[in-house]
Amino acid sequence: MAMLTYIEAINEGLRDEMRLDPTVFLLGEDIGAYGGAFKATKGLLEEFGADRVIDTVLAEGAIIGAATGSALAGLKPVAEMQFSDFVSNGFNQLVNVTAKYHYRNFIPVPMVVRLPSGGGIRGGPFHSANTEAWFFHTPGLKLVAPSTPYDAKGLIRAAIREPNPVLYFEYKYLYRHIKSEVPDGDYEVPIGAADIKRTGSDITVITYGTGVHWSLEAAETLSREGVEVEVLDLRTLMPFDRKAVLSSVEKTGKVLIVHEANLTGGVGAELSAFIGAEAFRHLDAPVRRLASPDTPVPYAPPLEDAFLPNAQKTAEALRSLAAY
Amino acid sequence: MATRVTTNKKSPPAGGRTRGSAGPAAAARTPNGSLAKSDLLALYRYMVLMREFEDTIIRLYTQGKIVGGAYTGNGNEATAVGSAYALSDGDYLFPMHRDMGAHFVRGQSVDNLMLMHLARKGSLTEGRDGTGHYTDRDLRIFGNISHLGAMLPVACGIGLAVKLRKERNVVMTYIGDGGSNVGEVHESLAMASAMRLPLVLVIENNQYAYSTPVSRQFIVERLSSRAAGYGIPGKTVDGTDVLAVYHACREAVARARAMRGPSIVESVTMRMHGHAAHDNAWYVPPKELAAWKRKDPIARFEKVLTGKGVLTAAMKKQLVAELRSGIEKSAAAALDLPYPPAEDALRGVFFEPPAR
Repeated sequence: MAMLTYIEAINEGLRDEMRLDPTVFLLGEDIGAYGGAFKATKGLLEEFGADRVIDTVLAEGAIIGAATGSALAGLKPVAEMQFSDFVSNGFNQLVNVTAKYHYRNFIPVPMVVRLPSGGGIRGGPFHSANTEAWFFHTPGLKLVAPSTPYDAKGLIRAAIREPNPVLYFEYKYLYRHIKSEVPDGDYEVPIGAADIKRTGSDITVITYGTGVHWSLEAAETLSREGVEVEVLDLRTLMPFDRKAVLSSVEKTGKVLIVHEANLTGGVGAELSAFIGAEAFRHLDAPVRRLASPDTPVPYAPPLEDAFLPNAQKTAEALRSLAAY
Repeated sequence: MATRVTTNKKSPPAGGRTRGSAGPAAAARTPNGSLAKSDLLALYRYMVLMREFEDTIIRLYTQGKIVGGAYTGNGNEATAVGSAYALSDGDYLFPMHRDMGAHFVRGQSVDNLMLMHLARKGSLTEGRDGTGHYTDRDLRIFGNISHLGAMLPVACGIGLAVKLRKERNVVMTYIGDGGSNVGEVHESLAMASAMRLPLVLVIENNQYAYSTPVSRQFIVERLSSRAAGYGIPGKTVDGTDVLAVYHACREAVARARAMRGPSIVESVTMRMHGHAAHDNAWYVPPKELAAWKRKDPIARFEKVLTGKGVLTAAMKKQLVAELRSGIEKSAAAALDLPYPPAEDALRGVFFEPPAR
């Protein structure tokens, strides 16, 4: 066991898989000697050499395509988008080439794309995006979004071992803000399995990524007010853990969905429709959603603070739902 | 290199389910890279096969038997065949939609391509996609998708894997005059040149991108000159001359195999049909078409072969009859097969490994 930050856990997960499997390699912009814009790949060039930690040209379409091609050739690439925002430059590759490959050709594509996501770092409209909804709607891609160092390491390992393309959404705000115990040995967090981060009997919060931390803080506040909140961390967005969602909803009868990505057409919309269709008779209130508004992510601190959900907004939403 | 002849190379399958037992194979070349008589005949045969196959596809289209669109490479036979013939055992092919002859050269069967066009059960994609949109890992053929240029980054990835494993294979890929403007083409050339990947890009300049003439697509004299921007060799050849295409590609392949990086070969020809079978190409001036008609790649090569005494009128007649009959049999057999069952539509979005 070691106390690791979220980004150290990603780094360690990458390193452990690279030690175990010589076909695993990394590619991306500035990931070698520089160690990545956020240092997620720090020290890996020194250990594994330039053939396994590859600095590429600045061209996301070529990076994602090269990952796809090398995966088809039997390697296990992990590509880094410097910021999640920049995946738009490789969008065609992901949605038309990578995602459709197995369906069209019955050939597995074992690749991972890491996407440093989210706001709260004063990054403005082009360095703060949460892009999961674009890909949530694309059949053929698996999506994971860890919220803790333990899950970050366990999910990067599972993503690398997964024979299908995985988009790994990691949260810049969490990189150095949280620290926790992470086992040294070989473990993985299975893709498709949600995790109850806090048990409660009155309201279920379904969330992922940074939203887990707002929800846990809000749950403590509500507990002092006599409302027990269950926090269900999806961990995998696609395919999400239908069983875990239903069993928590059946228990509490009230649901708040929290995500940082903007509201309309987000992951929460699908979850809400799913719960409405599958658990209608267990609901004691309408499913509520807390998300960012439908605007780009603004830059100035008061604007970004107004834009982002947080623990206070989550607590308010929970109070309103508790009173329903 | 030892002179080696394999059956599928010498006698392209005109029917039959087999893909050519040895898969893609090296041409029967003399040690200095020049072509033996048997190679010349093989080149001719693949070109005729491509035209006969595509003529059949167009006929099936007019009969309402093709599921979607029907694309041909009429006028592109020398480019498709001459380029792919420059590859060797274990090389990778990323063909485009006007390169049917390249599929044949690399060992793909008429039957498989017929099933693809007719979307039948048992096609290489089980009816999920059509035309040449398939991947055949055994033959190392990675077909195009409809988004032009989208497979170039993937070709880079294969080239990267070849390089990382210290193999000696070459990746050949194609783009048209229109597609050459797509961002992924330039991203791929940037990556392939910076990493010195073993890639050959054949630019098929056939004068029209759908209805848009080259004069509205670029102002450079030759698309091969774009190579200079990447610090790589670029050469323009007469795309109606199969031997010119072959020799230029051979040189580019040799460079790639020596791990000296990618090259561009621009092959200039004419798209003699519309963009697809629904398009009568009314926008092409008749004079322009007539001028190119006189440079038909197959007729042109016939003259060369006849002049050398390699091909006779009787041989040609026999070859065409043999290929046509094989293609006809293949079409009839495919048309007898069912489409995939409806419940198949939901299968296979993800690979599901056997339970651990």
